[in-house]
Amino acid sequence: MGWTRKDLLTIRELEAAEILTLVDTAASLQEIAGREIKKVPALRGKTIVNLFYENSTRTRTSFEIAGKWLSADVINFSASGSSAAKGESFVDTARNIAAMSPDVVVVRHSSSGAPALLARELSCAIVNAGDGAHEHPTQALLDLLTIRERKGHFEGLSVAIVGDIAHSRVARSNIHGMKKLGMTVTVAGPPTLIPPYAQELGCKVSYRLEDAIRDVDVIMMLRLQQERMHAGLIPSLREYSRYWGLTLDRLAAHARPDVLIMHPGPVNRGVELSPEVADGPYSVILDQVAKGVAVRMAVLLLLAGGRGATEAHQ
Amino acid sequence: MTARPSRLREKAEVLDTAGLDRALTRIAHEILERNGGAKDVTFVGLRTRGVTLAQRLAAKIAAIDGTSLPVGTLDITLYRDDLDMRGAPVVRATDIPFSVKDKTVVLVDDVLFTGRTIRAALDALIDLGRPKMIQLAILVDRGHRELPIRPDYIGKNLPTSRRETVAVRLTEHDGDDRVVIEEPEEA
Repeated sequence: MGWTRKDLLTIRELEAAEILTLVDTAASLQEIAGREIKKVPALRGKTIVNLFYENSTRTRTSFEIAGKWLSADVINFSASGSSAAKGESFVDTARNIAAMSPDVVVVRHSSSGAPALLARELSCAIVNAGDGAHEHPTQALLDLLTIRERKGHFEGLSVAIVGDIAHSRVARSNIHGMKKLGMTVTVAGPPTLIPPYAQELGCKVSYRLEDAIRDVDVIMMLRLQQERMHAGLIPSLREYSRYWGLTLDRLAAHARPDVLIMHPGPVNRGVELSPEVADGPYSVILDQVAKGVAVRMAVLLLLAGGRGATEAHQ
Repeated sequence: MTARPSRLREKAEVLDTAGLDRALTRIAHEILERNGGAKDVTFVGLRTRGVTLAQRLAAKIAAIDGTSLPVGTLDITLYRDDLDMRGAPVVRATDIPFSVKDKTVVLVDDVLFTGRTIRAALDALIDLGRPKMIQLAILVDRGHRELPIRPDYIGKNLPTSRRETVAVRLTEHDGDDRVVIEEPEEA
């Protein structure tokens, strides 16, 4: 299926065929990472602005590398040390950046819906690189690519997403993507961290780690998003870790021997994952990061390659 | 590549099954003759039918010479000069599981037309390493070049008009082996 959207804002709005187009394109582009000269001319002369209002290592770096490997010019803008710190509003800052005619603006913001707001305001392509507790579509795409490479297919796979589901944009994007591709999703965590809409999204809910990880093909562990949490949701980190930390013993006792362990990072070692598990043979965490570059190349290429979003929508 | 009109009518058959096979056999012999054998020769086919033709040439050389030559797959989408004139690009994998450095690379495609695809392929190939030499093998050269590109091995020279289309049909993709000229159906 061809790609016709101007922006990539959510996984929720995509058709299964569009998700597969992104995953297939990313799979094809992975080969570039293995080259001696990691550069192809596809986006020569295009400008990509990374507009980051929230901290990020993996996502910003991988968008930057992805853009550069495609020969685009990549400009990084972070809210600290910019005019945003002088009181300029989000939309004003974005309009100023748009006046410099970028082809793609990659935006991360702590408010849900910020990328959608920009998509309405600006004529260039907008990529959501994480908005509040809403969605993080490129993370879900790289998780899906990792799963397909390891398991060979999507249909019929079962996944347990464990931890702070309520505050996780990664969980939300993954749930939408996985359901569309025919996978079964169980979310698990302390009741205070399971959002009320989990069942509406078609997920099973579990309140015991041991039950959640039994017989699943993939376990996705999430970080406690303490920066988005108000007090009182969990008694203590130590207690959380005791009940919800994935250790080798728990894996051996309850999970399948060929289970994949995923984590979107950053890992809080010793809290949700014990170091032996994070670095262990089932863990594909660094593979996920490597796939992140291929996925972001695919997104940038589909939005800005071709008769780009900018021209087609003006 | 030109935009294809929706309805095409077959105008003439240019190569039948036996003719196509004979052309490939001749090209295989010419490759061995030109390079003094098969040493350091590798094949890179352009997606999709160029890859199939490259595999057939490699099989013929294996039958003649007993040497098994590697065949790679090149997708040139990322190197096209008309990306901006088309819809969102459809990229498929490039898979060249051997080093092209210091090798003689025979680039294989089904039809040579404007030469722009080959220009992109040359750029793509050179990004992967520095071959000793690149040669070009084409099943049908239909003319109308827009760039200074000339094939080393040609299955058939075929003068065409621009409104016609040359269709190379191969068993693996299309069910039979033949080359036909098509033209738009008159209204």
